[in-house]
Amino acid sequence: MKATPSHPRRFAAPLAAALLLGACATPRTVPSDYTAFKEARPASILVLPPLNSSPDVNATYSMMSQATFPLAESGYYVFPVTLVDETFKQNGLSSPPDIHGVSITRLRDIFGADAALYINVRQYGTSYVIVSSETRVTADAKLVDLRSGKVLWTGTATASSAEGNNNSGGGLVGMLVRAAIRQIAETVTNQGHVVAGQTSVRLLSAGRPNGILFGPRSLKPLKESVPAQ
Amino acid sequence: MTHFFSMRGLLPIAGAAVTALSGCVTPPQPLYHWGDFQAQQYAYFKSEIGPEEGIQRLEKVRENAKAKGLPVPPGMQAHLGLLYGQTGRTDLFEQSLLAEKQQFPESAAYVDFLLKKTPKQ
Repeated sequence: MKATPSHPRRFAAPLAAALLLGACATPRTVPSDYTAFKEARPASILVLPPLNSSPDVNATYSMMSQATFPLAESGYYVFPVTLVDETFKQNGLSSPPDIHGVSITRLRDIFGADAALYINVRQYGTSYVIVSSETRVTADAKLVDLRSGKVLWTGTATASSAEGNNNSGGGLVGMLVRAAIRQIAETVTNQGHVVAGQTSVRLLSAGRPNGILFGPRSLKPLKESVPAQ
Repeated sequence: MTHFFSMRGLLPIAGAAVTALSGCVTPPQPLYHWGDFQAQQYAYFKSEIGPEEGIQRLEKVRENAKAKGLPVPPGMQAHLGLLYGQTGRTDLFEQSLLAEKQQFPESAAYVDFLLKKTPKQ
């Protein structure tokens, strides 16, 4: 490196290395079993209104309105969440626990979906510590095959306002996190909603360790479908 | 201080990083043009936006998608149909749902269910 101390290239090597590591490094976790997922190969996902175990009433629709983006960009058809919600309401179902209790046969009959996604928002909100505040959103998800009733995948993810926006990493997930933030930054000032978008991308993007697999509309070849373990 | 991180300085680095990344991860491209579709769905859920304004904004997203040569995302034309339905334009409700079905045959059963349930005016 011939760069002078004030030259920007001085920062180039560490930055490039960080990007590389961010994209390729795989945290050591217990590998998921993808046998049922690969057999089922769902093409369409019905996102049900998420359960909300947090005190913030906004959590359900904040998460539901941001679930389509990562799933669709991972290659799935995602049923229109607003119409789905209206359909449940017209059938007398307006609370997420009631909707989560609907039989898979009935869901399959109405929507014709291959799989349904059951989300539970466990944490959604701001906690205040001595000098600053942190907004954290944590959610679990379970993908169930509506044809067989088998659980195809389960996952959990969390995001926090304290992380800043610079560590979203490279690759598809980093791109999706940045794009999710861009989508809402100008129109919404609710910090919880912004963080929920990041949680949703982490939870529901393919290509992450123990993440969902790429769907049929993805341009990824099939062999890349299963995340590296 | 800001000039350290100017775009001009970072561009070659970003390029190099992308090249390096292609060894393990393909540089990602979005499949769809999203605009503010998801933000509008959230606004719909919170009743912060009326159907007329929603229609105008979604038609804008559709125009921009066309200009960029990218398809609109799953559910967008169906959501547009919902808004048209709420303004009483049942012809555009039906047309938008059929457009969703044409773009995404995965939605066929649900679209048929919705069209069957909606009484003709």
